[in-house]
Amino acid sequence: MAHKTIAQLSNELQTKKISSVELTQLFLDRIKRFDKQLNSFITVTEEQALSDAKKADEERSKGNAHPLTGIPFAQKDIFCTKDIKTSCGSKILDNFISPYDATVVTRFKESNTVLLGKTNMDEFAMGSSNETSFYGTVKNPWDLERVPGGSSGGSAAAVAAYLTPGATGTDTGGSIRQPAGFCGISGIKPTYGRVSRYGMIAFASSLDQGGPMARSAEDLALLLNVMAGVDEKDSTSIDKPVPDYTQTLNNSLNGLRIGLPKEFFESGLDNEIATLIQSAIQEFKKLGATIHEITLPNSGLSIPAYYVIAPAECSSNLARYDGVRFGYRCNEPKDLEDLYKRSRSEGFGNEVKRRIMIGTYALSAGYYDTYYLKAQKIRGLIRQDFVDAFKNVDIILSPTSPTTAFKLGEKTSDPISMYLSDMYTIAVNLAGLPGLSIPAGFIKNLPVGLQLVGNFFDEARLLNAAHQYQQVTDWHTRTPEGF
Amino acid sequence: MEWETVIGLEIHAQLLTNSKIFSGASTAFGAEPNTQACAVDLGFPGVLPVLNEEAVRMAIKFGLGVGAEISKKSVFARKNYFYPDLPKGYQISQFELPVVGKGHIDVQLENGDVKRIHITRAHLEEDAGKSLHEDFNGLTGIDLNRAGTPLLEIVSEPDMRSAKEAVAYLKAIHSLVRYLEICDGNMQEGSFRCDANVSVRPKGQSKLGTRAELKNINSFRFVERAINFEIERQITLIESGGTVTQETRLYDPNKHETRSMRSKEEANDYRYFPDPDLLPLVITEDMIAAIKDDLPELPAQKRQRFMEQYSLSAYDADVLVSNRHMAIYFETVVKESGAQPKLVTNWVTGDLLGALNKENLDITESPISTAQLSKLIERISDNTISGKIAKTIFESLWNQEGNVDEIIEKKGLKQVTDNSAIEALIDKILADNPGHVTEYRSGKDKLFGFFVGQAMKASGGKMNPQLLNELLKQKLAQKA
Repeated sequence: MAHKTIAQLSNELQTKKISSVELTQLFLDRIKRFDKQLNSFITVTEEQALSDAKKADEERSKGNAHPLTGIPFAQKDIFCTKDIKTSCGSKILDNFISPYDATVVTRFKESNTVLLGKTNMDEFAMGSSNETSFYGTVKNPWDLERVPGGSSGGSAAAVAAYLTPGATGTDTGGSIRQPAGFCGISGIKPTYGRVSRYGMIAFASSLDQGGPMARSAEDLALLLNVMAGVDEKDSTSIDKPVPDYTQTLNNSLNGLRIGLPKEFFESGLDNEIATLIQSAIQEFKKLGATIHEITLPNSGLSIPAYYVIAPAECSSNLARYDGVRFGYRCNEPKDLEDLYKRSRSEGFGNEVKRRIMIGTYALSAGYYDTYYLKAQKIRGLIRQDFVDAFKNVDIILSPTSPTTAFKLGEKTSDPISMYLSDMYTIAVNLAGLPGLSIPAGFIKNLPVGLQLVGNFFDEARLLNAAHQYQQVTDWHTRTPEGF
Repeated sequence: MEWETVIGLEIHAQLLTNSKIFSGASTAFGAEPNTQACAVDLGFPGVLPVLNEEAVRMAIKFGLGVGAEISKKSVFARKNYFYPDLPKGYQISQFELPVVGKGHIDVQLENGDVKRIHITRAHLEEDAGKSLHEDFNGLTGIDLNRAGTPLLEIVSEPDMRSAKEAVAYLKAIHSLVRYLEICDGNMQEGSFRCDANVSVRPKGQSKLGTRAELKNINSFRFVERAINFEIERQITLIESGGTVTQETRLYDPNKHETRSMRSKEEANDYRYFPDPDLLPLVITEDMIAAIKDDLPELPAQKRQRFMEQYSLSAYDADVLVSNRHMAIYFETVVKESGAQPKLVTNWVTGDLLGALNKENLDITESPISTAQLSKLIERISDNTISGKIAKTIFESLWNQEGNVDEIIEKKGLKQVTDNSAIEALIDKILADNPGHVTEYRSGKDKLFGFFVGQAMKASGGKMNPQLLNELLKQKLAQKA
């Protein structure tokens, strides 16, 4: 039962093959059994889950069933949950209990999903391996010596190991897609503005976007149906009707124009991954798609631009963690400056500090034009590359990451090589476009992710293409040994 | 050497919105500390700002009031610095693209001249909370009720040449924002605050001297005193061979001095950048047009109209229009009483304003309604009472002792207009003072006042003065 998709579980609940309480207990038991080795959860909300499940069963028996009613679910620990610890993977928020629910959390509550707990993540979502978490590294279920990716590594590992049927993630530079790829699951980063950021702890506000992670494109569609939509509490959310993403899953791909950016198939890409991506392209051809080479001439500038803009925004977003009103405060501060300095230097980890310092520098008088403004101009060029490309194609296809999951500790001392693991995903955030990752094969028993990028608000088309691919392949149904 | 003073003001006006500029929390003053701050105002993790449209409308009103260009697109930026009463570690403000561009206001100076002061810009921003350093035994208390209150920062050009001009400008803006009903102008509660940039230069020099920024000057009186102190300080410093350093100085009203807070070198690098949580503020022509249609008559226009329509002096008109509600009060009384506008002006700007100021009341809180003051003036005009008696009735009205006619009736204050009664009284006074009568008749005209005084005294002031004068003159002439 635990290995079923959300769509299947929804059906089991509807046909009364199992109750939500039973299903919830099943997943809680699995978390107890497996999460000691994986470390994918920061907080498990057992009591809350069982009472949510009881309520969901009651609602279902009253006939108030939403497709997600009673489905166990996990929230990345970046989404604020009322009365439940929200740490954002940081010591500085280790004691933080939010007084309110994030809009995304409210929406899941309203459809009566069951909250199993809060998943582990890189500290403040800054990382590509989950190794920056204050709560310790998450292990990849496919190989416990390897990273699950990051920053939504806890969500990815938990879904891959069947500790939850689905989870939320957030994606600032690839944080949903890269861990989905590393763990062999499906994940979508929607268009910037599609999902409310209210209550989603900010890393880089102009890039952050929440999205679902699950085991199939169909499940992503069910989850995105709940998450998407304008929110008056988020001025950057966009007031545009949300289609029912499940309705278009079975559309034909006949005539779908798929673009391959030549820059993404050049240097740095693992040969075996390139071969797997070629086979996926063949599958899409068989499904009726046409393949076109395209160019994204400025994509090589994505990483430098990103590592100015994201740290700049983070240096300001993280100023509120000052030991004054909430969160970690150092012992016995001598004076105000001591309170700030020690609370922040003891409360933040190294990667967060590195980015705060880079960002502070980039915004400083005399450097603003050279770094921040220039990076914003590059961002405009990158966005324009995509706009031009989408004049001729419907979807852009590439690998999600240049390699499969790397070993724990392999890149921790070399931030630049860590940053490069997001080279195919970051441009998508800079442009604000939707992108998803689905499994497309294995190399030495490690999953390989395939990235599909769509035009603004074209999530339905991405999910449709991914679902069709998953009808003719079974990569997404593979189970890591022992789980 | 002759010195010239150069002054520019930065005014912070708290806007009279019901809720904060980026959250739904109330902006009411005086609540228990930290009871009017929601998660957004407290800068909790994950919260986002949502712009209050009313604050934007108020900024536009101001812009139109100073004839300024309203930016079709303006941008909110983050001003980053650490301070305990700044919850997010940055203030949301406008930096490169403010909502209100260049404008101006014409200011009435004491000598009657009008001077045009140019406004550089006005922008929207959020207020910080308050740090309370007393009563916490070496600790600091933080009250975040004020955090997120909308402010309009109004920046002037360095157009003022004396402390008096600066005060006149400040008063003009103060009056304008209250006319527009966008700020209550309360300087004591800090809803209307001002910083002054002050520098001096040798007369005739075009290059500006180094300026000092004066803070904590939160009354018209302090503004004038602080600026004058600072001018003296700078001149003395330069004349004794020193140089002025660019710095922020705090005014201490108790010691009547300014002292250094921080120098330019110690100043923060605010690392401004556009706030990614807020979209650019776009203002349409339609919105501006709708607000324009809704604008009240502004002080300058009203002053002009009062001088023409009511034949008032510039001074009288200025006093009347300085407060929109006083102007309304005045016009209502003129209309209701049908009396001479000058007479009404004297009552409103004299007795009424004096009494209000004494008890620190605004005209909207006046215990005497326009209807009562109108009736009072009407009773002077129709000769029921004399102007002198009217002052007594005014006091009774102020003390809520009834309406005008009741008080006249109850206290028997009705003027004596019966010729025979007056004549009888005159006869008695003349008979009682034969010596004075003789002196008067021998040419000592000044004694006329003596007889008037005696008659008024004897009648308890109720004698109609015109009648008395007339009859007294007749009687004194008759028996010559």
